[in-house]
Amino acid sequence: MTNITKKTSPTISGNQGLKLEEQLIFEQDNPGISGVDFPAVDLSKNHLGGLLSNRRIGLPGLSEPQIMRHYTRLSQKNYAIDAGIFPLGSCTMKHNPRLNEKMARLPGLGDIHPFQPFETIQGALTVIYQLADWLRQLTGMAAVAMPPAAGAHGELCGMMAIRAALDHRGEKRPRVLVPESAHGTNPATAAACGFQVDPIPANAKGTIDLAAFQAKLAPDVAAIMITNPNTCGLFETEIVQIAKDIHKIGGYLYCDGANFNAIVGRVRPGDLGIDCMHINLHKTFSTPHGGGGPGSGPVVLAQSLASFAPVPYIELRAGQYQLVENAKGTNSLGRLKAFHGQMGMFIRALTYILSHGADGLWQVSGDAVLNANYIRACLEKTMSPAFSGTCMHEALFSDNFLADTGVTTLDFAKALIDEGFHPMTVYFPLVVHGAMLVEPTETESLASLDQFIASMEGLAQIAKKQESLDSFKNAPIFTPRRRLDETTAARNPILKWSDQQKTAKSDAT
Amino acid sequence: MSKTTYFTSEHEWIVVEKDIGIVGITDYAQKQLGDVVFVELPALGKKVIKGKDMAVVESVKAASEVYAPVSGEVLAVNQDLVNQPATVNEDATGKGWFVSLRLSNPKELVGLMDLKTYQNFVKGLS
Amino acid sequence: MRYLPISDADRQRMLAKIGVASVDDLFNHIPAAVRLKKPLDLPHHQGEMEVERHMTALAAKNIGATKASMFLGAGAYNHHIPAAVDHLIQRGEFLTSYTPYQPELAQGTLQYLFEFQTQVAMITGMEVANASMYDGSTAAAEAVMMANRITKRQEVIVSSLVHPHYLAVIETHARFGGFKVASEPMVIGREEKLTKMIHDQISCVVVQTPDFFGNLHDFTELAKACQEKGALLIVIVTEIISLGLLKSPGEMGADIVVAEGQSLGNALSFGGPYVGLFATREKYIRQMPGRLAGQTTDADGKRGWVLTLSTREQHIRREKATSNICTNSGLCALAFTIHLSLLGEVGFRRLAETNHARASLLASEIGKIRGVSIINKTFFNEFTVVLPKSAKITVDRLASYGIMGGIPMTRFYGRQLELSHVLLICATEMNTENEIESFAKVLRKVLND
Repeated sequence: MTNITKKTSPTISGNQGLKLEEQLIFEQDNPGISGVDFPAVDLSKNHLGGLLSNRRIGLPGLSEPQIMRHYTRLSQKNYAIDAGIFPLGSCTMKHNPRLNEKMARLPGLGDIHPFQPFETIQGALTVIYQLADWLRQLTGMAAVAMPPAAGAHGELCGMMAIRAALDHRGEKRPRVLVPESAHGTNPATAAACGFQVDPIPANAKGTIDLAAFQAKLAPDVAAIMITNPNTCGLFETEIVQIAKDIHKIGGYLYCDGANFNAIVGRVRPGDLGIDCMHINLHKTFSTPHGGGGPGSGPVVLAQSLASFAPVPYIELRAGQYQLVENAKGTNSLGRLKAFHGQMGMFIRALTYILSHGADGLWQVSGDAVLNANYIRACLEKTMSPAFSGTCMHEALFSDNFLADTGVTTLDFAKALIDEGFHPMTVYFPLVVHGAMLVEPTETESLASLDQFIASMEGLAQIAKKQESLDSFKNAPIFTPRRRLDETTAARNPILKWSDQQKTAKSDAT
Repeated sequence: MSKTTYFTSEHEWIVVEKDIGIVGITDYAQKQLGDVVFVELPALGKKVIKGKDMAVVESVKAASEVYAPVSGEVLAVNQDLVNQPATVNEDATGKGWFVSLRLSNPKELVGLMDLKTYQNFVKGLS
Repeated sequence: MRYLPISDADRQRMLAKIGVASVDDLFNHIPAAVRLKKPLDLPHHQGEMEVERHMTALAAKNIGATKASMFLGAGAYNHHIPAAVDHLIQRGEFLTSYTPYQPELAQGTLQYLFEFQTQVAMITGMEVANASMYDGSTAAAEAVMMANRITKRQEVIVSSLVHPHYLAVIETHARFGGFKVASEPMVIGREEKLTKMIHDQISCVVVQTPDFFGNLHDFTELAKACQEKGALLIVIVTEIISLGLLKSPGEMGADIVVAEGQSLGNALSFGGPYVGLFATREKYIRQMPGRLAGQTTDADGKRGWVLTLSTREQHIRREKATSNICTNSGLCALAFTIHLSLLGEVGFRRLAETNHARASLLASEIGKIRGVSIINKTFFNEFTVVLPKSAKITVDRLASYGIMGGIPMTRFYGRQLELSHVLLICATEMNTENEIESFAKVLRKVLND
């Protein structure tokens, strides 16, 4: 199947200048060709127990030049932080320093096996230990669990530690309180640990309704999961009281650390009374998002939960760092993942932290909050901020300013794409109608912010004039693909290429 | 035989004849959902309870529970919806029916809305 | 500070617009008692040179595959990564891009995920695959939970020949997720009788090939036994290169295949980040965790891709989600798919053949050493040996010769007496024939001393 149709292409090739069309690799198969050189091997004598197969797997053959071209062309269809502002709320799309990449690839770091004898990898264990130490001190907590592979995995770790602590006490507490504004991973995680989720509403200011929270407190409550600052970009000013209240009834406070960038170096979550918090190294500590992963989600723990930390963890014994890998006979909640954690991300995060230092991190949170408030101040007259007053590292707008224009939040976002920007987060948090959550991060220059603000301002004005509804509904028109049919993709899922596959509806040549 | 239609505040309708009720979602509900991409129907014979989960209707961006308007036993499900979920959008009150129930407690129908009351209810939502 | 573009002059302008006197004022609503008044007493920022010096010094304290001869496996394998892979994944449009939630701005990512899904389905012999998970072990746990959802049963059987870390992860999920794991303790050399353990409350049976000790298995009969009792067969593959040469789990009748994809495109990196592969039958796609890239058309009728079936995921279903997973292993999946694209049908086969040939040579050389016996009847590139001396002491001594000569079994199974002399050894295409002969020579010396 080809990508292009005679009807819509103004050129012969279907390309348009630097916008190059690119087929699937399976459609470029040249049988017998390969991008690597291996000599043939005689396996007539083998130890394969009759399981030697001669089936045709179906992998296409391409040479290195074709592969370079294929993936180069694919890369050109992606927006990225390197290309422009990426203002997704609660994602903290900050610059990914290249020094981090260089350090992760150093011989001695990138090429070590997880099961080498401890004497041969003391430097590696030191990296993990030093990063853990920084995280402990930045958060003011007693211990760190390094293994979780991502934020959601860290949430699982934290909630499992809480379950383990309750089991240890012999207490059954089935309920976990979760704010309605919480990220979807929070309730999903609680459910995965066998808890029932009980939602707490927000007050008019956008923070947790303290009275509603207190009314739900009972001996069957295991914990409350709070994001601080919350998903509306606001600091939960009652958090110290909430911590006291939950502790009084014997429960725990889990903190979702996705928004740590707003307070890093200026507030220690430990001082707020939290019991555990996951940190997204790929958010606050700049490890690259890589198109969706990999991440890393270490969890800081208060003394009350430290002994339930998962294996493995690092110990210093007789002047040597060692890994404790066996949970048997300890309080540990067990193992969450094979091997020791996302070492590649640890190296990058430590490099970032050493580069910034305590003074640099102080500036990170300061500029992150400054940038978000600047955007808010510039747009508050034309757009509709969801809450009055200043925000923290992200600014939240509702779609009130689009009322009666016929333009939805989605249309507004697609129009922003034609302006050359990745849109902000849309329709999250759920507690605000048509939400638009903007997080610029501290690595955007003032010039970059002004350009983004100019487009947001301009589009809002155009929408309100109600003269160009079509241009919003048809956006984007300048990207390699226009709006895609997600309904058909869900009704008739095509999840892989196959040589007999019926292609999706298209006006094929 | 007389057929009566009732509505719930969760936007389900039920057409009742004697002790059999056919259940679907309202046109307002299908509009709110957007394009329906998938419908998850209960097993035949399943006992459902008034107000509790009975089926799931999925659009691209949301998955919504369909609750049982009254308690009963599932007699039939609309298999057409499995292959053609779009039917829910095209004809929510007719061909887009979900489930047919044998009512276990017809008294539960008291308190459900009639058409006029439901229409006023929907007006009040916007 | 080189990563922070806002100057003092910028700040003044911005603060004037906002209407506050200083940046610190923006933090005033935070209770004073918990608000730091100045930066923590920790080291200050450093330039690139100083940071490089620090990290290089730490790297110098490790002996990696660049310096030592590496014969270690156990779920993480030392393979050659073609130079093109690292160049491509470091392109900013891949490295610094995000989850493709706005598909018009991410056709590159979506297309490579679609290609990745296709490749994974092909090599595992299955109908459909997702866009990757954190790693093989978490993919295995997710597979078990998926089987529980599909069968509505809460008891699972895990073979004792499965990677002990993978078993441990499944057990952790069982403990907190409320299901039971039936697993016999590992007894070296004992044949398992899994079929006998299956009853009609078992949701799935979890097995691995090549298994943790390197043995190869055909699970066709086991698949039938599972089917008879309505249980799912989950097959784990920790060394994905083996699929270039062996009967695939799909052909054996597996219902779900999970694998560690690290062997393609991804460095050893001390155990992470890696990439989990997850493949299953088409009838189960709505129960499958993780992201999925699906094909569709745009407003002009042109072919394109989107994330689809999102209603299974946490950001929509919340507490009813099939999994809490959000991040996948994007860049590692890209490295995997680029490497496999470079290999192609012919290269993948040859790579697998070379691995087996090198391991066979190593087994033959080591088998000649007096007192050393190889347990395996079959293997791909990894096998288990019994030494006449302590495996741990032997490994430590080999390290002093610049050889990472295997992993002592006691690292995984504790200080069980019958395992103290047992060693797991792996050879890949990275081990030359000379290296293998040297290893055998040194091992003979170390064992005879």
